[in-house]
This record gives sequence, C-alpha cells and structure tokens, in this order.
Amino acid sequence: MTAPRSRTGLGAIAASTAGVLLLLGLWEAGHAAWGSLVLPSPRETALALWRMTVDGSLWPAVAGTGRRALAGFSAGVLLGTGLGAVAGLSDTTGRLLQPFATLALGVPAIAWVVLALLWFGGGGGAVVFTVLITVAPIVYAGAAEGVRSLDGDLRRMARAFRVPRRVLVWDVYLPHMLSHLFPAVATALALSWKVAVMTELLGGVGGIGDRLAAARAQVDTVAAMAWIATVVALLLALEMLLLDPLRRRLLGWRQALPGAARHGTARRDAAPDL
Amino acid sequence: MQESGAADGVHGLVVDGLVHAYAAEPVLADVSFALPAGRVGAIVGPSGCGKSTLLALVGGLLTPARGRVAGAFRRPAFVFQDPCLLPWRTARDNIAFGLKALPLGRAERQRRADALREAVGLTAADGDKHPQALSGGMRQRVALARALAIEPDLLLLDEPFAALDVGLRRQMQTLVRRLIDARGLTTLLVTHDPAEAVRMADRIVVLSARPATVAAVREVTLPTAGRHDGAVHAEVSRLVADPAVARALAIDDTAVEPV
Repeated sequence: MTAPRSRTGLGAIAASTAGVLLLLGLWEAGHAAWGSLVLPSPRETALALWRMTVDGSLWPAVAGTGRRALAGFSAGVLLGTGLGAVAGLSDTTGRLLQPFATLALGVPAIAWVVLALLWFGGGGGAVVFTVLITVAPIVYAGAAEGVRSLDGDLRRMARAFRVPRRVLVWDVYLPHMLSHLFPAVATALALSWKVAVMTELLGGVGGIGDRLAAARAQVDTVAAMAWIATVVALLLALEMLLLDPLRRRLLGWRQALPGAARHGTARRDAAPDL
Repeated sequence: MQESGAADGVHGLVVDGLVHAYAAEPVLADVSFALPAGRVGAIVGPSGCGKSTLLALVGGLLTPARGRVAGAFRRPAFVFQDPCLLPWRTARDNIAFGLKALPLGRAERQRRADALREAVGLTAADGDKHPQALSGGMRQRVALARALAIEPDLLLLDEPFAALDVGLRRQMQTLVRRLIDARGLTTLLVTHDPAEAVRMADRIVVLSARPATVAAVREVTLPTAGRHDGAVHAEVSRLVADPAVARALAIDDTAVEPV
C-alpha cells in the first residue's frame, strides 16, 4: 500500500498548507476591500479570540455547546444504531420504520429547531432533541445497510470453519457493520455540532449559539467572526484528531480497493447540507 | 459430520443413500459412494445438479433429509469457488482465521499461518496485504492456506479454480495435489470440468442431472506424477466415451451442430 501513503506525505502537507494560506489570503483581501464592519481581518479576529480566552467567556460557551451536542449525538447514535440493526435484520421492521426515517431526514433541521423550542421551551432539552432527531436517521440508514448487506458467503465460510460466536461477531459482523456505520457516525458528529449551535442561536439557550446571537444584536462583526472561527476550529480538530485517525485505523483496509488510491475514501462522507 | 465413523469400522469416507431437497424441490435423489482415506475424489456432474449441496452435506454445513455420511472425520475444511476472504483482515490474518476455532495462542496461530503462506507460495509482503490488493490467484491461495492451516482430516473443494484463467488453474491444480499428497489428506473435489477431475482425482463420481443420483464411479489409474496433458486428454476421452458418463453429462456428439 504505497500509493495511499503518499497522500499523507510531504507533498500532501504542502498542499494542505497552501490551501489554508490561500484561504487566509482571500480573507485578508476581502477585509481590505470591504473594511472591518463587513469582514474583520484575520488578525482582529485572532485578537478577539484571545480576549475571549483571557476574560473566560470562551470556555464556558464551548463546554456548554459541546455538552449538549454530545448528549444529543450519543442518544441519536444509540437510537439510530439500535433501530437500524433491527431494521437490517427484519425486513418487516425496516418497512415499518422507513417512513419515520424519511420524515426525520426530510424535515429541515431549522424546522426541527422551531418545533423543539415550542415543545421544550428555551432549555438545553431543545438542543439535545434537535441534535438527536437530525443525527438518528443518518446513523439508522448506515446501521441498517451494514446489517443488511453482510455477505452470505462470508457467513457460510465462518460457519464452515466452526469459529466460536465471539469470533463471528468480532471478526466478521462488527468490521462489516463498522464500514457502513462509521461514515454515518462521522457525518453525524460534525452535523450535531452545527445543529447545536443553530438551536442555541434561535433559542437563546446559552453556549456558542447564544454568543453569536449576542454578537449579531450588538452588530459586533469581530466577535461573530471569532465565534465562527471557534466552531470551525473545533470541527477541524474533531476531524483531524479524532475522526481521521479512527478512520485510518478502522477502515484502512478500504484503501486497497481498486481506484481508492486515486480518489481516496476518506472524504466520501461529506456532511449533507442542513 | 458424524463422529461415529471409527465405531462403524469405516476407513475413509462413505456417503450412503443421501437424499436432500430445498423446500419441496428435490436436489439429491439417492447418492451413495465411498472414498478410501488419503485419496482424492472428484464429483462431476451437469451444472445445477446438486454437487455443491452434496459437498455441504458431507462437510456438515447441511443436515441430510435422509441417508448418512460416515467416516472418522472430525475437522473438515472448505475451499469455495469464491475465496470468501475477510476484506478487513490481511492475507496472514485470513489464513489464521480458521485457527481461531482451535485452542491455540496468538503466536502459534501466526506461526502456522506463516508456514502455510509459504507452502502456498505467498511472500511475507503478500501476507501483509489486504485481499483487495491481491490477484485472483493469490486470493485463492490464501483460501487454500486457510483451509490447510487447521490441519483438516477432510478437504472439501467446491469448484475452487473455476474463476481462474487456464494457466493459473493448471498451476493451482498441481500445487493443491502436491499439498494433498504431502499430507495424505482425504479430499473431495467438486468440478464441472472432466479434465480437472482426471488431473486431480483418484476416483471420479459422476452425478446425473437434478435430482441427482450416481450415474457412474470411475477410477483414474494414471500415476499422480504422470498426469501431463497427453495422458489426461486420452483419459478424458475414454471417460466421456463411456455411455453412462456421456448420458449424465449430456455429452452427445450427434446433438452438436456443425460450426
């Protein structure tokens, strides 16, 4: 597997760095063209971020959003995986659950926010619910497909070798299920973060969303940019420090698929639009 | 797999009056044959006649509706037409897969897997690859190594070379026969190709069309070492000239239209 290795080599790092520099350059150029009120410079944003860190307003907001997003995400993954596994095993259950999945997936996240705020009021419950309801159907689809598509030939082979049930689950069922479930869960994790911020913003629940709303009310573009930068940085950190290493570890075998060397499989699971 | 074989005084594999059906459709009507221990038997028959079903019954993957399989075999191993490798495991771990059913430590499993990898002609570098990175022939070698790794006393080959091209198939036939002979392994091979049966087997069991009965049992008297193309072709001609065999395989020269 020499081809995939080159994608994480020096050339790849140089390309990624160039991309980030280009982004910063365009940002700076936009600032020069339109001024601080429309687009604060990267430097101003970094300074605002630093002030937020020093005066202690950054961490509580991040922690609050993180806590609620994670609660909704965990509940959504548990619910989606459980129901998806059942649906994968039983066609009847799958048909029964499909309208619910379609409904949950089809209703825009913003509509769920409105409903959640009406049902749960302005508390953290609204955030957790909205995240759960947007995450669960995505995970559900991945889990159902994972269970449904397990190769009958592999099952027969495992039976022919009379391996114990533990080996069957660990070596055959789980890796197969993960190959479908992991991309869905990775998408869901990024999504849960964004949906949490959105619900906080509209509901005044606290957290990063609340701070964004405040920045908007005060026409404080610098603060808004600083909070946005925070959200993006956290998403990137999640992607690079948690999801990418996990993906390499769990799905590294896919790199050997024909064509994978050129196109890669890592980014196939881009998050859907809200 | 019945373990009563030793008590029966059976030496080798005995298939006795096997009957099997999927739902209401009969597949095997009445199949009986014997194979001495340490010999290679080939099941030949028209496609869809129930050859694979027969093999699954012999290996204990299916329970026969009637009849029995006798023989003092405790550990059958399969090689299927599709290699059936776990795509998320390396070739080496795939070879070691069947060993997980045995009370062996990890180090011992890896040691045996490495030995078998070498025996089937794969390098250490191949062993570290995932199946997608291997060619079809190499994958089938992994499947073969996986079957032999558990030190089976009965090897069941279900059209194992059907998906390989001619040159590769010949190579694999020679390799498999050599590995079988070195181990004195009782082997049952399912194939639709009479030439493959003649090249590999000591005894050929010809099945009729579904629902299958045994149409003929023929011995291959060629010495294992002397099965080069000329001898094999002559033997195949003799085999299919046999009216019972020709009828079962639906080989009818008069029915062939001129090209």
